[in-house]
Order: sequence, then structure tokens, then C-alpha cells
Amino acid sequence: MSRSLKKGPYVNPKLLKKIEEMNRTGERKVIKTWSRASTIFPQFVGHTIAIHDGRRHVPIYITENMVGHKLGEFAPTRYFRGHIKSEKGSRARRR
Amino acid sequence: MARIAGVDIPRDKRVVIALTYIYGIGRSTAEKVLAATQIDPNKRVKDLDDNEVVRLREYIDRNLRVEGDLRREVSMNIKRLIEIGCYRGIRHRRGLPVRGQRTRTNARTRKGPKKTVPGKKRARK
Repeated sequence: MSRSLKKGPYVNPKLLKKIEEMNRTGERKVIKTWSRASTIFPQFVGHTIAIHDGRRHVPIYITENMVGHKLGEFAPTRYFRGHIKSEKGSRARRR
Repeated sequence: MARIAGVDIPRDKRVVIALTYIYGIGRSTAEKVLAATQIDPNKRVKDLDDNEVVRLREYIDRNLRVEGDLRREVSMNIKRLIEIGCYRGIRHRRGLPVRGQRTRTNARTRKGPKKTVPGKKRARK
């Protein structure tokens, strides 16, 4: 169930605009965004983006390898620290 | 002894089947390979003549990624996911299912043998 190629990858236009503005001025600052569904474009590389995980904005530094993934993939929405009172065999499931 | 793509020496079987013993070749790829090299899929491996074996070997070397190379590619892909710290990478790191399967029950292939937790009550809600 992938997205139609005709449409191209999705990215929040406002976010892309901000990034391109920053690329033009050579500025580096953390951008907060709620747009977890946005695809990471090559323009994003080298920026730090704070992605909303439902509670706070997780700052993520974008590297080349991440291009093509969605922002949301880097900010997990669930926290799992292990079960309460299960002495042995308690293995953390999620971060 | 037919030695194709490294170490694989399937014998006595029909070529289509024998080829699937190579990592990276399944039924449909095997059929494609045989169609491209014009070899009868029903022929037994031991009945292949040298020329045919060479043709097979060459075709596979040239067009397909099999065995070691393929395994390396797969593990590189996984390594990449782990390094960039994305959701799928985290799931690989934790040894949990990557593609959104349930983990309340099942998922034993990824999680390994059951680890029984003492004092855990069955759901009674």
C-alpha cells in the first residue's frame, strides 16, 4: 500500500519552506514539528528537527541515511521500561 | 557434481528444484533462470551436460545476487536501520517483530523460547 508515485513523497509544505529558508541563510536551529508523516528530504540533512512524540518534541539530527524515511519513525510514541515486579526475565521491550 | 554459485551441489533432483537450494533463488527465480538459459526444467541435475552447467553458472553470476552477497546485503540493510535509530531499527535491536505484528501473544520466532514470568496472573478483566 505505497503512495502513488504521481503525487511524489509527502512533506508538510510549511516544514519544507522553513528548511529551505534555513538552507538559504545558512542558519542552523532546531525546528519543532508535529508533522510525523513528512518524508525526510535530502534538504533536511544536517538539520536538527524536534519531532513531536505526543508529549514532547524529540530532537533528532538528520543524517544522510535517514533520507526517504518518515520523521515519525525516529520519535517513538510508546515508552516501555519493563514490567513492574517481575524480578527475573524482565526484559525491556521498548525504549 | 554440479557446483553453481559457490558451494551448492544439489543433485538427483529436477533442475528447477535443485536451483532453489541456492540462497536467493526460489521457485519463480529458478523458472526464470531456466527459461533464460533454455534448459528443460524437468531435466535432472546429473543429466546436465557441461555446457548447460556453465550457462547456468554464468547466468546466475551475471544477473543474480545470491548466497554471501545477498546475505551481506540483507544484514547491511538491517544494520543501517539499527544505526539510524528508526522504529524498525529499534525493533531489530530489541529482537521484536518489525512489521507491526502483535506481541501480547505469539511472536515466538523473534522473541525466542517462552520466558515464564513468576506470579503473572492470567488476564481476568
